[in-house]
Amino acid sequence: MPVKTLIEAVTDALAEELERDPSVILLGEDVGALGGVFRATAGLHARFGSGRVIDTPIAELGIAGVAIGAALNGMRPVAEIQFADYIMPAYDQIVNEAAKIRYRSNGAFGCPIVVRAPFGAGVHGGLYHSQSVEALFYHVPGLKIVIPSTPYDCKGLLKSAIRDPDPVLFFEHKRSYRRWKGEVPDGDYTVPLSLAEVKREGKDVSVVTYGIGVHYALEAAELLDHEGVTVEVVDLRTIAPMDMATVGRSIAKTNKVLIVHEDNKTGGVGAEVAATLAEEYFEQLDGPILRVAAADAHLPYAPSLEAAIIPNVDDVVAALRRLAAY
Amino acid sequence: MTGTSDRALTSSPGHAALGLSDEHAVALYRLMLLARTVDERQWILNRQGRQAFVVSCQGHEAAQVGSVAALRRGQDIIVPYYRDMAAAITFGASALDCLLEGMSKGNGPWTGGRMMPSHFSSPELKIITGSSSVGSHIPHATGAALAAKLRGEDTVAVAYFGDGAVAAGNFHEGISFAAIHRLPAIFVCENNGLAISTRPDAESPVARVADRASAYGIPGVEVDGTDVLAVYGVMREAVERARRGDGPTLIDARVVRLTAHSSDDDHTRYRSRDELAAVAARDPIPRYGWYLREYGLLDDDSEREIKASVVAEVEAALVEALAAPPPDPSTALAHVFVEAR
Repeated sequence: MPVKTLIEAVTDALAEELERDPSVILLGEDVGALGGVFRATAGLHARFGSGRVIDTPIAELGIAGVAIGAALNGMRPVAEIQFADYIMPAYDQIVNEAAKIRYRSNGAFGCPIVVRAPFGAGVHGGLYHSQSVEALFYHVPGLKIVIPSTPYDCKGLLKSAIRDPDPVLFFEHKRSYRRWKGEVPDGDYTVPLSLAEVKREGKDVSVVTYGIGVHYALEAAELLDHEGVTVEVVDLRTIAPMDMATVGRSIAKTNKVLIVHEDNKTGGVGAEVAATLAEEYFEQLDGPILRVAAADAHLPYAPSLEAAIIPNVDDVVAALRRLAAY
Repeated sequence: MTGTSDRALTSSPGHAALGLSDEHAVALYRLMLLARTVDERQWILNRQGRQAFVVSCQGHEAAQVGSVAALRRGQDIIVPYYRDMAAAITFGASALDCLLEGMSKGNGPWTGGRMMPSHFSSPELKIITGSSSVGSHIPHATGAALAAKLRGEDTVAVAYFGDGAVAAGNFHEGISFAAIHRLPAIFVCENNGLAISTRPDAESPVARVADRASAYGIPGVEVDGTDVLAVYGVMREAVERARRGDGPTLIDARVVRLTAHSSDDDHTRYRSRDELAAVAARDPIPRYGWYLREYGLLDDDSEREIKASVVAEVEAALVEALAAPPPDPSTALAHVFVEAR
């Protein structure tokens, strides 16, 4: 089976969906002849033409608004926001329009758009090329949020997102674009939305995480294994609507849980996971619900400053040791 | 001529020169009257405590009926805002639809009680759902036009909005994108000179909305929005232009807002008696009635007949709408996603 990067998996999914369904179009800044600043749409403009791979002005409100309008008239637009940091001008369109269209029309209209955006820190991006934005949308009913961790999941999840009848935000951690390769089948397959996956089995502690956190957790689990602690890693893959059943099964097995994400700790997705576990799995827990997440600050440019904000493998290991001691 | 207005009856060359039959010309009058009658009924229902909120189309009817009449029903697309009841009616919505939604009934055909009144929405009628935000639907018309163009259809998509929306970023980004790609989109500003209470000089540094079109390299056309035939003529040109592939048009239809912004607003706080009298004198409905009389298409008898049939239609709809049940609370969680929750 071919081994590919996560960004290649994005390109494969987009190409195959463009080929499969004439209503699929791509739009975004520099997605055309350049193929995107991260090369996610490389070659697609030449293959599918400027009608279906559309360079837009650097104006995210318009990108989202036009995508929504096209979706309301039968298309399946995939909009690229060049960096998730710049999704804010599109926030009103995504939250007040896309998310509410099915509900406000009593089910008559749907809004099948995908908004893709590279996000995350660790690539010397500074305040405006590093943010995690999932929690800003996680609060909003009507939005699905997908964050893949592996190339295999990425291709299958992006295809599911494009075929989904409702709006999907598809966030790709840019540090994972070329860092971890994996097997990706040629040709069509999908990975269902709202289905978590246990990426490593263990019996002592569960890590509930997504995106780059999965890689940190797997690395930490390997280290803890030498200390006689087996760690189960649950990759949420879709954070909204979340697969709490898979999380619950893992907690029932290990009775201890660590939640890991690179987004800020306060008001993050982990807070909701923790609250739900406290409400519904209290009897199963033998230790505190811990979180490893970014400190509540912005993401500075200098590596020494950034490293002081975002979580790393050592942080995950330390938290796992603390939990294992209970 | 029975009218007392000193204005010209129309600045257009007249219905026949515009290609409208006598019957069609009279039908436009009936549509304007129907919208006005439903609108007036909604204010009564509000005062009776049966409808919590009203946002009115009174004074905008000629702009809406005249422009929608230049479109193909069920084929072209309109993306209206909350003041567009006459547009929705002209595109196929019924008095019953308006009243069911006005009273937030469960069988309201647009939102089933999920949205405030006058949030028109119908895939069948090609009326695209909108929010209550000012201007955020403008790029949706652009996107709808993009979809039509990509599929090789000759559909035209039309966004309607007030002059307040012209100040919003959505106006700029939506029109700019449509102009770049020469999309079959038309942007109709129903310019009543009031954004709730705010006047144009606090909304825009340029006096004429139509002038903004030059920034996008598209035609900007100002028209008397109280002159249904003039609006029809301007809109027909814009539609032809769009279908030819020559891109969008911005239409600045100068209308009057005869009512307060909404049933929760008291416009006498910011409009003088003189102003209210002046806008009442520009009411588009009597003006068009005088035109039809001038051309022998309307007289006292036929006007009485039309009004009686409109009232009968609205009253029958009212009986049915009043009897309709409110939405079932067990459906409150439905339609967040396609999947049931």
